[in-house]
Amino acid sequence: MADSEDAKSGDERPKWDNKVQYLLTCIGFAVGLGNVWRFPYLCQVYGGGAFLIPYLIALVFEGLPLLYLELAIGQRLRLGSIGVWNSISPYLGGVGVASMIVSFLVAVYYNTILAWVLWYFFHSFQNPLPWSECPVNEDLTGYVQECLDSTPVNYFWYRQTLNVTPNIETNGSLQWWLVLCLITAWCIVYICFIRGIETIGKAVYVTATFPYLVLTIFLVRALTLPGATDGLIYLFTPDWNLLLNPRVWLDAATQIFFSLSLAFGGLIAFSSYNPQKNNCERDAVLVGCINSATSLYASISIFAILGFKATSNYNTCVQGNIIALTNGFDVADQNITVDNFDSWLDNLNKTDPAKVSYLNLTECNLQTFLDESASGTGLAFIVFTEAVISMPGSQVWAVLFFVMLFSLGLSSMFGNMEGVLAPLHDLNLVPKWMPKELFTGCIFVLSCLVSLIFTMDSGNYWLEIFNNYVGSVSLLIIAFFEIIGVVFFHGMGRFSDDIEFMTGRRPNLFWKACWMCISPLLLLVVFVAYIIVQVQTTPTYPTWNPDYVDFPVTDVQPYPTWVFVICVLLVAIPVGPIPIVALYRLINRKLRRTGRTDTSRTSNPYANEGFNMDT
Amino acid sequence: MFSLLLLLLSLPPALALECSKDHQDGYQVRLSIKTALGDQAYDWNESELFLFKATIAFAMRKYTKNETYDVSNIVVCNETPRVSFWFIVVNPENPTLAITKTRVEEAVRVSRNRINNAFLLTDKTLEFLGIPPTLATPVTPATPPWLIVFGVVIGAVCAGIVALLISSFVRGKRANKAKEFAEEDDQAKGADKGISGETFEDRNGVYNQAFSDDDRFTQL
Repeated sequence: MADSEDAKSGDERPKWDNKVQYLLTCIGFAVGLGNVWRFPYLCQVYGGGAFLIPYLIALVFEGLPLLYLELAIGQRLRLGSIGVWNSISPYLGGVGVASMIVSFLVAVYYNTILAWVLWYFFHSFQNPLPWSECPVNEDLTGYVQECLDSTPVNYFWYRQTLNVTPNIETNGSLQWWLVLCLITAWCIVYICFIRGIETIGKAVYVTATFPYLVLTIFLVRALTLPGATDGLIYLFTPDWNLLLNPRVWLDAATQIFFSLSLAFGGLIAFSSYNPQKNNCERDAVLVGCINSATSLYASISIFAILGFKATSNYNTCVQGNIIALTNGFDVADQNITVDNFDSWLDNLNKTDPAKVSYLNLTECNLQTFLDESASGTGLAFIVFTEAVISMPGSQVWAVLFFVMLFSLGLSSMFGNMEGVLAPLHDLNLVPKWMPKELFTGCIFVLSCLVSLIFTMDSGNYWLEIFNNYVGSVSLLIIAFFEIIGVVFFHGMGRFSDDIEFMTGRRPNLFWKACWMCISPLLLLVVFVAYIIVQVQTTPTYPTWNPDYVDFPVTDVQPYPTWVFVICVLLVAIPVGPIPIVALYRLINRKLRRTGRTDTSRTSNPYANEGFNMDT
Repeated sequence: MFSLLLLLLSLPPALALECSKDHQDGYQVRLSIKTALGDQAYDWNESELFLFKATIAFAMRKYTKNETYDVSNIVVCNETPRVSFWFIVVNPENPTLAITKTRVEEAVRVSRNRINNAFLLTDKTLEFLGIPPTLATPVTPATPPWLIVFGVVIGAVCAGIVALLISSFVRGKRANKAKEFAEEDDQAKGADKGISGETFEDRNGVYNQAFSDDDRFTQL
């Protein structure tokens, strides 16, 4: 039966060389930058160890069922996302189109992040690292003022990398250095995509496994540095009270959802290249659990390093105070040390409190330094790069870190672009004369041109918009329709038969309960809660404005109306095809039915009007 | 007796200018020897102070190029255990006159490196408060290093793309040639079978036009 279906689809569908490639590709797609820079932040902000409870609950009741569903449906129907949903029901064809559009929009901004990672990687081969000291100004009289006001790390990120404008309305021009990095990033993704999964399958051996190696190296190194254990204790100390806050549960559910890269269509495409008789249940559980385990492991490594950074900052702060006291009171050099600082301060306070207060000593508190949390690009390009400067042999650590980020992002890009290319292939939109490589190249050139938006001076602000609005609500809606489509249109009975055919046994009660009520309900609740939270806050964004009064604190600005309209469009355009295609098919069917009562409308000379074919 | 007293009283002002903290032409110096040298730190004593006076005198000589400054022209006061003190440079011809602050500053800046090295210290550990350390001129190589790395990466990637495209092309050509051979074989076989009406012959069999394809209407 499998062979005849293969022959029916025309040319042979590409296949994975072995199961390991398939699993590594799925794991690589699921494990992305979010595991490294979003999960540790959430863990820290939502009460450390306590956050694991809503996270694991969301994984079991929302993540795993949806993952299993996508892998099963792709493997059974052996088509990309558009083909799969067309097969299940023509009214659901829009779901596939929506997945494709979302995959494209996400791929476009995701690769810009990879371009930034490449930029930092290229700069990691210098001694000293360019973000460790302020550059000298033009007339060599001192350091650049903007850098002195903030920190060298911030200056390198906001000025020398992004050259960011004070707000989103000021567009600026394309930054040539970022364009070069962007082209490089797209070329690297292209070289892995040239022969489809043949080259992807080889590439994932490296891109999916290298991050684990680097995380282990960082963990081992961090544990030998002072302050690592402080960071770990801080991360994992549970604060059970936070579990009462519904926001925690909402963020856990959304995190697991986006972390597993569901509703992109990429997972469906990858599993469609599998042989039909493959145990996709085990695959789903494996991929889901490895993804969560990676998040946990990454947060351990990251927080060990952040603990070291907080301790370094604390020591620097105390040293600054010591020097102030030494110089102010002309005490002999090195008489005041970190250990006897407090006793010296007490003595001096008793003898000359006025002078002590005149010195304006800063309050040094390790907890404050540990509290400096960051997620996303802030964690990677500001906080972590600052930590790397203090580690001996900084160039090595910087190179390792950025190569790890790049391979994490690259393996996710495979899934994103596969979610775009596989449906296009299945829709037979590729002209027969065009070789696959050329078509892939054209799509990549198009994507590269679109992603040039983010190389403008205001590109960072646009990327934040895309990140917040494209890869959030739309995916929830698509996933909801996916589950409804399979459970109600395809039918639970038929789906169970499919699974029995593929894995050898029917899905047990847990899976059925999840698919039929728990997961759709959870998705609905998450969706509604997300909307409520978004509606309550006026959308604002932090800007980097050197002329701001409180610089270097970011100046929080509201979005202008035209930008807000674009945000709404970014949600509406991917989701739009779902009702549009359903309506189109409905109208088409009605027309065809009414059309058949007219004579000679049909091209089938054997159509018997007395016989209603629509049973 | 009185005349001797008068002479004695008038001599000190003639010999040296009054050095004081916050003097308008004076500079405060601060040394952090232990921070710089750790275990190998030397003690600060009269001899070290003498060396300091000598280096400043040297700096003044070098800067002015002919005026003969001597150790006695450097007046030091307000020494503290921090190891910090104030100094003023006086004119060798007229010890009551102090050399202006700016001239001293420029002289020190010119010879800063020599002064630092005499004490095995750096700009940060031998501070002249008010004289900012000269910033090292930034080393700007001809090509920024990041462009070199970029060039290497993009070169490797482009070479890889070209290599893969060529091998795909070659593979495709080889497959086409194999197909042609297979087709020729089939056609030869077909000719042997002697079936006429080749226009209707398809590799999959004979297409019966009378039987139309109803399948497309059964989807919905």
